[in-house]
Amino acid sequence: MKIIVLAKQVPDTRNVGKDAMTEEGTINRSALSAVFNPDDMNALEQALRIKDANPDTEVSVLTMGPPRAEEIVREGMFRGADKGWLLTDRLFAGADTLATSYALATAIKKLGVPDIIIGGRQAIDGDTAQVGPQVAEKLSLPQVTYAEDVKVNGDVLTITRHIDTGVEVVEVPMPCVVTVTGSAPACRPRNARRTMAEKHCEVMQLSVNDIDGDEQQCGLSGSPTKVKAIQNIVFQAKEVKRLSADEEDIKSLITELQEKKII
Amino acid sequence: MNYYSDHPELKFHLAHPLMKRIVELKEVDYRDKDQYKEAPASLEEALENYDLVMEIAGDVAANIIAPNSESVDEEGPHLEDGRMIYASKTFENLEAMNKAGLNGVSMPRRYGGMNFPIVAFSMLSEIVAAADAGFQNIWSLQSCIDTLYEFGSEDQRQRYIPRICQGATMSMDLTEPDAGSDLQRVMLKATYDDDEQCWRLNGVKRFITNGDSDVHLVLARSEEGTRDGRGLSMFIYDKRTGGVNVRHIEHKLGIHGSPTCELVFKNAKAELCGSTRLGLIKYVMSLMNGARLGIAAQSVGVCQEAYNEAVKYAGERKQFDTVIKDFPAVYDMLTRIKAKLDAGRSVLYMTARYVDIYKNLEDISHERKLTTEERQEQKKYSRLADALTPIAKGMTSEYANQCAYDAIQIHGGSGFIMEYKSQRLYRDARIFSIYEGTTQLQVVAALRYITNGTYLDMMREMDNGDFTAIIEKYADAVEMVKTFDSKEVLDFLGRSLYDMTGNILLAQMLADDASRAPELFGKTSRVFMRLAQSEVERCYAFIKTFRAEDLEDYKNV
Repeated sequence: MKIIVLAKQVPDTRNVGKDAMTEEGTINRSALSAVFNPDDMNALEQALRIKDANPDTEVSVLTMGPPRAEEIVREGMFRGADKGWLLTDRLFAGADTLATSYALATAIKKLGVPDIIIGGRQAIDGDTAQVGPQVAEKLSLPQVTYAEDVKVNGDVLTITRHIDTGVEVVEVPMPCVVTVTGSAPACRPRNARRTMAEKHCEVMQLSVNDIDGDEQQCGLSGSPTKVKAIQNIVFQAKEVKRLSADEEDIKSLITELQEKKII
Repeated sequence: MNYYSDHPELKFHLAHPLMKRIVELKEVDYRDKDQYKEAPASLEEALENYDLVMEIAGDVAANIIAPNSESVDEEGPHLEDGRMIYASKTFENLEAMNKAGLNGVSMPRRYGGMNFPIVAFSMLSEIVAAADAGFQNIWSLQSCIDTLYEFGSEDQRQRYIPRICQGATMSMDLTEPDAGSDLQRVMLKATYDDDEQCWRLNGVKRFITNGDSDVHLVLARSEEGTRDGRGLSMFIYDKRTGGVNVRHIEHKLGIHGSPTCELVFKNAKAELCGSTRLGLIKYVMSLMNGARLGIAAQSVGVCQEAYNEAVKYAGERKQFDTVIKDFPAVYDMLTRIKAKLDAGRSVLYMTARYVDIYKNLEDISHERKLTTEERQEQKKYSRLADALTPIAKGMTSEYANQCAYDAIQIHGGSGFIMEYKSQRLYRDARIFSIYEGTTQLQVVAALRYITNGTYLDMMREMDNGDFTAIIEKYADAVEMVKTFDSKEVLDFLGRSLYDMTGNILLAQMLADDASRAPELFGKTSRVFMRLAQSEVERCYAFIKTFRAEDLEDYKNV
């Protein structure tokens, strides 16, 4: 079995000090250390558990970022992943979730679609939770989000999802995309022998060309999202509406949000 | 949080100049590099590897073991049908250490080990102990494998070492109800079973740390009719063969997570390790020296944690509109803790380096003949290691107690409340100056080197001029005690001489560290020097005014 873990290097927003934001309201990356996105760590653990139970599984890490993001691939290997790739190219820079998921999906097509694509629910820098589901859409694969536990049962995955009212157990055929929540088990520590062995290992790098990508859909040019400004908002909800999960309620919510130009 | 990288003092000790020689001996021309991907190809790479692995341990300690420590302390292990079951979070700790691959640390790579020096193993022990001293007992008992490696047959090495490297646990079964400090009185009976061609063990062991482990080293009487240490041999008992049950788990003041078991051996099948009759006089001595260094590491770890707790509280707590760390009475206590911590660490890692050099030369001597220089080197470091071990164990274990005491004092009333960690450190530390040889026994072990001038030579060799006065005072004190020409007086004044020895040596070692890293140790080495000077004066005054007839005042009061 093959598993690709989607992981992202993010500024460590959990330890935000005074210098975390620039005066212009953007993130001051030099003041924050770069870390393996926490939810992606939970996803890696799920992949490694599947490998523990099925030793012939190959776990790979796929990440996109500047050259130093190769640390993410190595970090994954220190903890048990077999290999990994770094998508890095100036043309990938400035990507929003649409361009990011395009790049990731295109790379996965090129590398060969594995049995499971798994990533964290969301990254702590953008908090969008969009990339996983978009990758699934672009690859026309079924997706399960908010996973807390993933087990292989023959050709299907049995997944425990963390939902507001409790947990939900679902089955999904493979290949599929799974996103994992931060409430899933924490990732195992680095392994001493693996860390010593792989500390300087070469990380395979892929450019837009290498994955036969369309430059127009990558990076800034493929990103319709434009950040206009960042504001500090304190939530002050005046009324609460409870909606059920049926079609009608969801439709009315979307209509309302569209009317108020929120989406 | 990381229990390694948060404390730059640790990295400093990994970079000591002697590490070059240690790595050279440990890696023998870096011969493992082509066969094992994790093996280093240079000194720099070996040091980088140690650093990386320390960081892993520091992560596990800070993020798994330390957060579990309170629950482990409360729950403790329990007994179920003759088996010891760890506290539930202890299993989590063990699993994390296994996943991190932190087992078989000192063993050669061909058996699945990491081939790390004792310095690195000691540092791992310190890091784990800072997070949870009781768990450090369980984990660091893997070092019993050093004794099996040293004295066991090749067949035994191949059968046992890989299991330890995979995370099997160990224990050393020495103590019995009537044989504590005096191990010559061990009675557990070993008889040879001719039909099954194996040894059988019968009897009771008591106070056995991690006594329900997977692989035991057992001291037993193989020579019927003997009554002293020369009738004792060392055996390996594999739990999978059965025959040993846990009868009782002790309720203790501290280190609750570490199970202390009473074991009943009923015809338990065992195999001999090494030769008969050498069990106590050779093998256990080797085992104990390693274990004593382990307690020194455990003690230093607890000093560090006591310091962390005290600094945190003293920096937050305000009284009279002032954070209490700004009061002289409080910063004096805080700094003393740090000075003892730094000095304890200096002697711990110096001892570990000496052990590394001589043990590795010994290991090499099984492969090829040592050169004359190498034999001299081995002899020198073996003597230094043997002399420093009782100083390291005695001094650091007393310091752990003092530092934990002061940490509570700095907390004031809150320190007496169970919600704060200081009380656990205080309870845990209490055993350090007792097990693996009480401080009083460390004094006995050190007396030999006090009277034969080994320590004095070490002091004079390290003296840069700053220490001449107190060294001469020490030499004078030793001579004064010798002129009594009485074993009883020597034993009685031994503690004073020991305290002088320990204080001077530690002050010198810390001063040496400070000369290479003044930013880390400049202040504390000066503070420790003052502390040492006052201790030396105190002991000197006591010895100077002592008369042989004074002993009577101490008897039957």
